[in-house]
Amino acid sequence: MNHNISRRDFNKLLVSGVAGSALGIFGMAKPAFAAQTRIVVIGGGFGGASAAKYLKKLDPSLSVTLIEPKATFYTCPFSNWVLGGLKNMEDIGQTYALLRSKYGVNVIADLATGIDAVKSTVTLKSGKVINYDRLIVSPGIDFKYGAIEGYSESVANSSMPHAYEAGPQTVLLQKQLLAMKDGGRVLICPPGNPFRCPPGPYERASLIAHYLKEKKPKSKILILDAKDKFSKQGLFKKGWDRLYPGMIEWRSSVTGGKITKVDAASKSVTTDFGVEKGDVINLIPPQQAGKIAFDAGLTDASGWCPVNPITFESTIHPGIHVIGDAVIAGAMPKSGFAASSQGKVVAASIIRLCQGKVPAPPSLVNTCYSLIGPGYGVSVAGVYKLTSAGIVEIPGSGGLTPMDADDDHLNEEAMFARGWYNNIVQDIWG
Amino acid sequence: MQVTIRSLLTACLVFSVLLFAGTDASAAAKKVQKKKTAEVCVVDPRGEILALSCASCHGTDGKSVGIIPSFYGKSPEYLEAALKDFKSGTRYSTVMIRHAKGYTDEEIRLIAEYFGTVWQNNK
Repeated sequence: MNHNISRRDFNKLLVSGVAGSALGIFGMAKPAFAAQTRIVVIGGGFGGASAAKYLKKLDPSLSVTLIEPKATFYTCPFSNWVLGGLKNMEDIGQTYALLRSKYGVNVIADLATGIDAVKSTVTLKSGKVINYDRLIVSPGIDFKYGAIEGYSESVANSSMPHAYEAGPQTVLLQKQLLAMKDGGRVLICPPGNPFRCPPGPYERASLIAHYLKEKKPKSKILILDAKDKFSKQGLFKKGWDRLYPGMIEWRSSVTGGKITKVDAASKSVTTDFGVEKGDVINLIPPQQAGKIAFDAGLTDASGWCPVNPITFESTIHPGIHVIGDAVIAGAMPKSGFAASSQGKVVAASIIRLCQGKVPAPPSLVNTCYSLIGPGYGVSVAGVYKLTSAGIVEIPGSGGLTPMDADDDHLNEEAMFARGWYNNIVQDIWG
Repeated sequence: MQVTIRSLLTACLVFSVLLFAGTDASAAAKKVQKKKTAEVCVVDPRGEILALSCASCHGTDGKSVGIIPSFYGKSPEYLEAALKDFKSGTRYSTVMIRHAKGYTDEEIRLIAEYFGTVWQNNK
């Protein structure tokens, strides 16, 4: 998604950032004098939990409330490791105990069901209403279940798991893989762009292949893709040839990869080229911003949320900031790391706004590791800044693991992938 | 886990070099801090925004809990030199050479100053 803005608009944007801060002070003057400034965060994933922790870490005087219905948040990053038999579900479960006890975040285990942008309130499923001075919405994604004929939420929950929200869906897909016979066929069907975690489906194919190679070596994986190219493609294909020769086949959209219809009863999917059957079918449907963002009118025609890239404040509703997978963030991918980076930027920006100061220009980063085998890791890095063309990757920086990386390099990246997980979850929930 | 001994040794070596270098640097920084006890540490907002992303891989305030090098307690001078070496490619890394190229020398100085002083506020 390229949302280019002209130089004139860019200048306007910078000015509006300043104007926004003035409005912010004005708008918050009363409550700020009456009590603490109240920041409410909806969603306790990579974006929301990062924002909540860093708001309190950088300014302990703020009142920060985090609304998240799940007591344990299972991370999508490393859920493919569970499918590959390298991790257990409990290894990827994060809780909110330390955000409460160590940082003083008021964590409310409830679901946010409504936002009133005029009254500055959030309504919870329990009926409780919470007032805010500034709101951060980090709702993640929602699935477009109706986009493919024959597919539905109940099909996803019973026979064709997407496993693209870690938790019961991951467990269901793993159960199906464990039950599959040797010589079975796994279909993985990734969506078109944009979607959460661009390398995710291909790391998944790799780690399912790792499991199959060890336990069910006669089995095959067919990737039916709605795209004609994918993230880290060269690195994945090289890794598959080296570790799992002949086991993984990838079909692009133009060569019959795009799914138009599914039939849960016969365990089959229909493409432009015909019908394909699978013993296990992992259909990852097209996505859009999480439900609350739609309900609150924070999305545009694209189904994602437009924001001011300095403060991540909604261009539709002032006083509401949107971060994470739901947001339109220029060149940044929809990843847990990107969401966390945005969470920190929004925390620092809101603190500046509350102090009546101009927020610093954003600096954003992404670092994603993908495991192709237990000792074979690859990565993509990106450093981003704001220009008149929106959030862009800084030329000459970032990029992929080199195609000619030797085995020691790949092994070190596999170890760093584990180190990455240990630190990012500690930095967010610990 | 198929971890080769060579890579483990490399990682251990990197660790011990960092730890060793860190001890000297921390000691130097402590001396500086003692002289400045009356001053209030003011965080540069630009440095803060630039630095916070680093914590995702290296841990909050640079305190790593895993195999990725920790830089908690290092001096600004040490951090600036390390980042500039990654940027120029004189110091090897699988991923830091890609990150460091995304920052100007001035930005590197601000990041180094942030992490080189933030740990002193935790005392």
